[in-house]
Amino acid sequence: MTSRNGITEEYHTDSSSDFTEYWIDLFLGIKGHEYFCDIDEDYIRDKFNLTGLNQEVSKLSVLIDILTDIIDIESQPEDQRDALEHNARVLYGLIHARYILTSRGLNKMFEKYRNGDFGYCPRVHCQLHPLLPIGLNDQPRLASVKLYCAKCEDLYNPKSGRHAIIDGAYFGTSFPAMFFQNFPQAIPVHDRKIYTPRVFGFKLHDYSQLSRWRELQRNKLEKSLVQKGIDIYNKPGGFVIDEKEEIKN
Amino acid sequence: MSSGGEEGDYVPWIQQFCDLFGHDYFVPVAQEFIEDDFNLTGLSSQVPYYREALYTILDYQVDTIEDVTNGTSNSDKQDLPTKSLLSHSAELLYGLIHARYIISKPGLTAMASKFERNDFGCCPRYYCDGMHLIPCGSTDVPGQETVRLYCPCCNDIYLPSSSRYLNIDGSFFGTTFPGLLIKMFPEIENQCRIRINKVNQNELGLKLFGFRINESSISGPRMKWLRMHPKSIEQRHEFENCELSIPSEDEMDDEDDEDEDDDKTMASED
Repeated sequence: MTSRNGITEEYHTDSSSDFTEYWIDLFLGIKGHEYFCDIDEDYIRDKFNLTGLNQEVSKLSVLIDILTDIIDIESQPEDQRDALEHNARVLYGLIHARYILTSRGLNKMFEKYRNGDFGYCPRVHCQLHPLLPIGLNDQPRLASVKLYCAKCEDLYNPKSGRHAIIDGAYFGTSFPAMFFQNFPQAIPVHDRKIYTPRVFGFKLHDYSQLSRWRELQRNKLEKSLVQKGIDIYNKPGGFVIDEKEEIKN
Repeated sequence: MSSGGEEGDYVPWIQQFCDLFGHDYFVPVAQEFIEDDFNLTGLSSQVPYYREALYTILDYQVDTIEDVTNGTSNSDKQDLPTKSLLSHSAELLYGLIHARYIISKPGLTAMASKFERNDFGCCPRYYCDGMHLIPCGSTDVPGQETVRLYCPCCNDIYLPSSSRYLNIDGSFFGTTFPGLLIKMFPEIENQCRIRINKVNQNELGLKLFGFRINESSISGPRMKWLRMHPKSIEQRHEFENCELSIPSEDEMDDEDDEDEDDDKTMASED
C-alpha cells in the first residue's frame, strides 16, 4: 500500500514544499461544491460517526487518512489514485449528510442558508426565499440533490448543471426537517396568493375552479389549526393576511 | 438608424431586435401585422415619437437630431427624437405590438413552436418533471414588471433562471398569452395531466428520519393545498361544488355534522 517509486516521492516533496492545501479545502473549492460545508476533523476521526459507511466505500481507513491529510493521495499507487479520490469524495458526502444533522453542522448550514449559498426560490410569490438542499433518498447513487423552499414547501431542481449532478444522499432526506426543528425562527410566514391564468382579464374557468378548491382545502386546514388553538395569522408557519388581498379576492 | 448600412449586409430591424442578447423569447412579428393600422389601435398614445418608431421598425428612413445637425433650421430640429430616444421608443412599440401579435393566430403558432422547442426553459419545480414554460407578464402596462414564466403543470409563475431576461418587460408578452396558448393547443394540457397523475400527493412533505411532521407543528406541512389536485371521490365532489364559488362555512359545517366520522378518517389520511 505504501510502496512508492522515486518519481512520485520527488514530485510529492516538490509540490508540498511551497504550501500545503488541506484535502477538505480543495474539495470545497471545486466548482459546484458550494452546497457543502466543512466537516470538523474530530467528527471524521470518530469511528462511531462512520458506522455502516464501510459498506458504501472500500478501504475506509485509508480514505479517512486522506480526508484528514494524514496521508497524501500522491503517495498512493498511481493506478489507484483516481478510485481513491472518487471514494474519498463519496465518503465525504456521506459523512456530510450525517454531520449536517449535528448541532455544529446545522449552525454551519444556517450560515450558508443566510448567505443564500443554496440559491433562492424561483417562484414569483415566494419573493426570493432562500432554499435548502435535500436528498430524495439516503442511499447514494439514486437521485441528485434537490432544493427545498420552506415558503411554498416544494422541491426545485438546482439551476446550474454543476449542482444538478451532486448526489442527494450527501444531504439526506432529513436535513430540512431537522433544520427547521432547530431554527424555528427561520420558518417563514406562508403566502396565500394563487396564480390563475386570465384571458383578456377573465380567469379561465377550469383553472379558477381548481384555485377555489385549493382555497377550500386551505380554509379547512386553517380552521382545524385554529380549533387546536394555534395562532396562524402573520406568524411563522402561518399565513400572511393582507387586508387588501382579502378585498380583491 | 438601420437603413444607413450597406445594402449587402442589410438586416431588417425586427431581425436585429430578435437576435439581440437576451431577446430569444421574442418571435419576429409579421410585416403585414404591423402595417395593418387596426392592430396598432391605441398604441400611439403609449409610445413617444410613435410615427418615427413605427418607421424604424418597418425599416424606413427616419431622421434624428444627429442626422440633421448641419444645415436645417432650429424649428425642424426640435420635433426630432435623438437616436437613443428613438431606439427606446421603437423597442417599446415593438414590444407592445409583440404582445398583441402573439395572441393572434400566426403569433400563437410561432410561439407554440418555440414552446415545443423549449426556448423558454423548463419548470424548475421537481414534480413538474421538466414541463416547458410559457412567458407571460403580470401586467399589461409597460414599465412595471419584468417577464415571468408560467408553468401550466403546477399553475404557477416563476422568475427566468438567467439574469439576461431581467430587463425584459413583462407587458411585451402580456397577461393573456399563456391562458390562450394552453386553450388553443390542448396537447399542452394533456402533457400536464400525465405529469400530475404521476405524482403521489401523499408522499409530499418533509420527513425527519422517515417520520412525517405533524400538521400542528409550526414546521409541519401547511402548503399542501397549493399543489393539490382532487383525486379521491370526496375531493372530486368538493371540486364540483367549487364550480362557481367556494362553498360557505355554513355549508361546510353542515357536511361536517352529517358525517363526522368520515371527516375524521379523511383527516388522518392526510
